[in-house]
Amino acid sequence: MKLQRLNSRGSVEQVMKDVKSQASKNAATGKQSGLNAEIQSRIGHQLRAMYDDVVRQGVPDRFAELIRKLDVPEPSPQLGNAGDAAIKNDGRE
Amino acid sequence: MPLTDSLRDDILASVPSLRAFAISLSGNGDRADDLVQETLLRALANIDSFQPGSNLPAWLFTILRNLFRSDYRKRRREVEDADGSYAKTLKTQPAQNAHLEFEEFRAALDKLPQDQREALILVGASGFSYEDAAAICGCAVGTIKSRVNRARSKLSALLYVEGAKISVPMKRFAP
Repeated sequence: MKLQRLNSRGSVEQVMKDVKSQASKNAATGKQSGLNAEIQSRIGHQLRAMYDDVVRQGVPDRFAELIRKLDVPEPSPQLGNAGDAAIKNDGRE
Repeated sequence: MPLTDSLRDDILASVPSLRAFAISLSGNGDRADDLVQETLLRALANIDSFQPGSNLPAWLFTILRNLFRSDYRKRRREVEDADGSYAKTLKTQPAQNAHLEFEEFRAALDKLPQDQREALILVGASGFSYEDAAAICGCAVGTIKSRVNRARSKLSALLYVEGAKISVPMKRFAP
């Protein structure tokens, strides 16, 4: 329990705290100029904090195993046609 | 191209960001991992159609995005993150206050139209260029730019404009 509390000081928490304190500072001083830019920067921080928190979890074992095991890739019959359009797109324009 | 060891490593290296993209899109950790698994199986099964030297992450993201959209059309978002299953996917549980901020942000993101949400995530979090994001979404660069702008305005209105503050049901008064 104690360990969990210590670990809870993750980056999301820190970013959210920073964001909030900055927000209340602005509210207190009543600064309007540049407020929109600051809001946009805050949104950017929150979005990346949410995303990077997952990225930092690395590769779960199930996916590492999946990729290792598939020496001879075979089409997976249960998947249907959902990704067919995607496959034709090689990621280039 | 054939599935070489180096290509396998590159695919593996894309898994963390694929998961982040899937979770950001679906708002549901379990479903996101199923989506990543389907993406990997489909990519590996069709690896011959991947052009060597082209953008592998963009190719994988395109597959995931299309799988998500076809799945979405079928199921809609009938399973909201009411039980906090997204939060459970986080290794580091943010403390209560920050957690509320986080839930508010998550809820606001979920309120965006899907086109805008995916554009914002690809450009603002995954770090793709507008050009790559347009290729992934199969639309014009200008369309991506306008979706990102509209997404930012809407988030700003939802989160920071007085009176429009979104509520976080249940969690706020939990002991």
